[in-house]
Amino acid sequence: MELVNNVVCPFCGTLCDDIICKVENDEIVGTYNACIIGHSKFVHTEGAMRYKKPLLRKNGEFVEISYEEAIDKAAQILVDAKRPLMYGWSCTECSAQEVGMELAEEVRAVVDNTASVCHGPSLLAVHDTGYPVCTLGEVKNRADVVVYWGCNPFHAHPRHLSRHSYARGFFRERGRADRTIIVVDPRKSDTSKLADIHLQLDYNNDYELVDAMRAALKGHEILYEEVAGIPRDDIVGAVEALKKAQFGILFFGMGITHSLGKHRNIDTAIMMVQELNQFAKWTLIPMRGHYNVNGFNQVCTWESGYPFCVDFATGTPRYNPGETGSNDLLQNKEADAMMVIASDPGAHFPQNALHTMAEIPVIAIEPHRTPTTEMANLIIPPAIVGMEAEGTAYRMDGVPLRMKKVVESDLLSDKEILEKILEKAQELKASK
Amino acid sequence: MSEIILTPKEQPQVPLEAPNIKPDVFAGKTIDEIKEVEINYGNDTVKLSDFFDVEGTPGETAGEIKIIIDGDVSNTKRIGQQMTAGEILVKGNVSMYVGLEMEGGKITVQGDATVWAGQNMRGGELEIMGDAGDYVGSSYRGDWRGMNGGLITIHGDVGYEIAEYMGGGKIVVKGNADHMPGVHMSNGVLIIEGNVTSRTGGEMSGGTIVVKGVIGQFLAGFKYWGVEKNIQVDGEDIPGVFYKFTGDNAIKGANGTVYVAVAGNKHVAPE
Ligand code: SF4
Repeated sequence: MELVNNVVCPFCGTLCDDIICKVENDEIVGTYNACIIGHSKFVHTEGAMRYKKPLLRKNGEFVEISYEEAIDKAAQILVDAKRPLMYGWSCTECSAQEVGMELAEEVRAVVDNTASVCHGPSLLAVHDTGYPVCTLGEVKNRADVVVYWGCNPFHAHPRHLSRHSYARGFFRERGRADRTIIVVDPRKSDTSKLADIHLQLDYNNDYELVDAMRAALKGHEILYEEVAGIPRDDIVGAVEALKKAQFGILFFGMGITHSLGKHRNIDTAIMMVQELNQFAKWTLIPMRGHYNVNGFNQVCTWESGYPFCVDFATGTPRYNPGETGSNDLLQNKEADAMMVIASDPGAHFPQNALHTMAEIPVIAIEPHRTPTTEMANLIIPPAIVGMEAEGTAYRMDGVPLRMKKVVESDLLSDKEILEKILEKAQELKASK
Repeated sequence: MSEIILTPKEQPQVPLEAPNIKPDVFAGKTIDEIKEVEINYGNDTVKLSDFFDVEGTPGETAGEIKIIIDGDVSNTKRIGQQMTAGEILVKGNVSMYVGLEMEGGKITVQGDATVWAGQNMRGGELEIMGDAGDYVGSSYRGDWRGMNGGLITIHGDVGYEIAEYMGGGKIVVKGNADHMPGVHMSNGVLIIEGNVTSRTGGEMSGGTIVVKGVIGQFLAGFKYWGVEKNIQVDGEDIPGVFYKFTGDNAIKGANGTVYVAVAGNKHVAPE
């Protein structure tokens, strides 16, 4: 048995970089330091079915084909489409995403990643307000007031709390004891149980609460005695606690990005964080889900100027979530072909979107059997990044980390598959 | 006056984009030349005549041209984009961005419009006889300067975030509005004759909103000034009795005004 050190976990946006993998006969058989979710990915949990050969659906049944045939077929589908959608990207590395952007431009597709159903509202708010971020290292070493708004890291990012808010830091020598933890969540959660203050607001009232907090922050009286189910005095008390911080951090998740108002909740929350800087150092970090969802937004922005939902239909990148998001395209029945890579919309998109997916050609570049591959016409299996292929990923706080290749694989990487499709698409378009 | 009649042949599944359907582009062109005008079909460019029959009398200048779309164009986007003069009459429904960035002239839609009608409008008049969707008279994503001139009238209902980042001009909604009308508004007038679900004037820093119907829930960042009778907004007398609020004090130095009809809205006035 061999031990491979300092492996980066290809699962959640915490992107833990201290995993040790146990390798036997070129297979990962165990891990140290990883949480249960990360561990399951490394060792392929029981029941997961891995594809080893490209598959094409013929008369309703999948038949094995060669990589070459699969790539020709994929390129043909994309080139023939009038409004192709290329969705996913969050579980692969940045250079594959870069090739994907080039392919999207070549076939004049709409390209979008999973942010569109998670932190897309945060990205929209960032255009309007800015992005006062810091790194997770700064949180660990400096933060004394930690707010979790609409997120439950105890379950969604299992090592987050121990690595960043319970951990001892340079200025927080006693770890947890040196910090005040505030949870804002309509539910009681395992994270809220650990909090010093739990603001249990009414569902879908995040915007109302922040609006009142911001008015209080500027010395105005809050108009009503109770806002979002929380008494005026408690709101004022919470605002005072935020003002007294030395270094405050707001972590936020789906509970606020997808409650009523979406990007407007984040817009007003970001502005509150900016305004708190008149009293104390305040920053924020979105709790990103997929390990490289952030990476795609970085790559997409440096390639096209926009972070997601980019429409290349006219040859010039255009951007308007609400029109050019994957769910917009699918639910409005605009898309006439779809390529899915490194994500599973089949499991996560609403029924209306899936109806369209069932009617149009779907290419899935995906290592495992998933609800998406069940709907696909063509499956191309890649090597798994972070285990069988290397590459760069961006942590939730925007720090890029190098993913390792721990074991060998016969399969092509996402990047290699995309490069071949791109080459073929260029050839097909030239002969058109 | 010249009338150019476009009769839709079919509305394809993949949408059309037709910013070129406007008097400015048709001016000085013969009917045969107008048939050749380019529109987008997904990621392809096609001729106007591929999807529309074109007939009528051409005109020399945009101001003298009236375009009549005689049918349903519910899958055609961007009709009248950046138009400066003349008229467009749509005898059916339209898709997204009707009257986007329009500067002058008039567009009338006899049916419904969908989202982003009159986005970043600068001048002219946009009238929709049916419903419109979200973001009527809003800004482009990420732009904090939205509509700043012109008049939009919606006879039916509207969706979320209308008049978002509005900086001037006037919007009148005869029906109901959903959440957040006038969010981030800095100037201009928004009149809603029906009901509003919630968050009227969220983060507004200026401008005036009048709600004549019932508000579901109001924001606690506003300041209450009491009851006013027969108000005057933008030189227009509006009869009735209204609660007056200013804010949204979540924004520093905000001086927006929200009038809410007293009838049915006792719950929004603090005791
Ligand atoms: S917290 Fe996230 S990155 Fe860390 S080991 Fe668990 S799944 Fe992997």
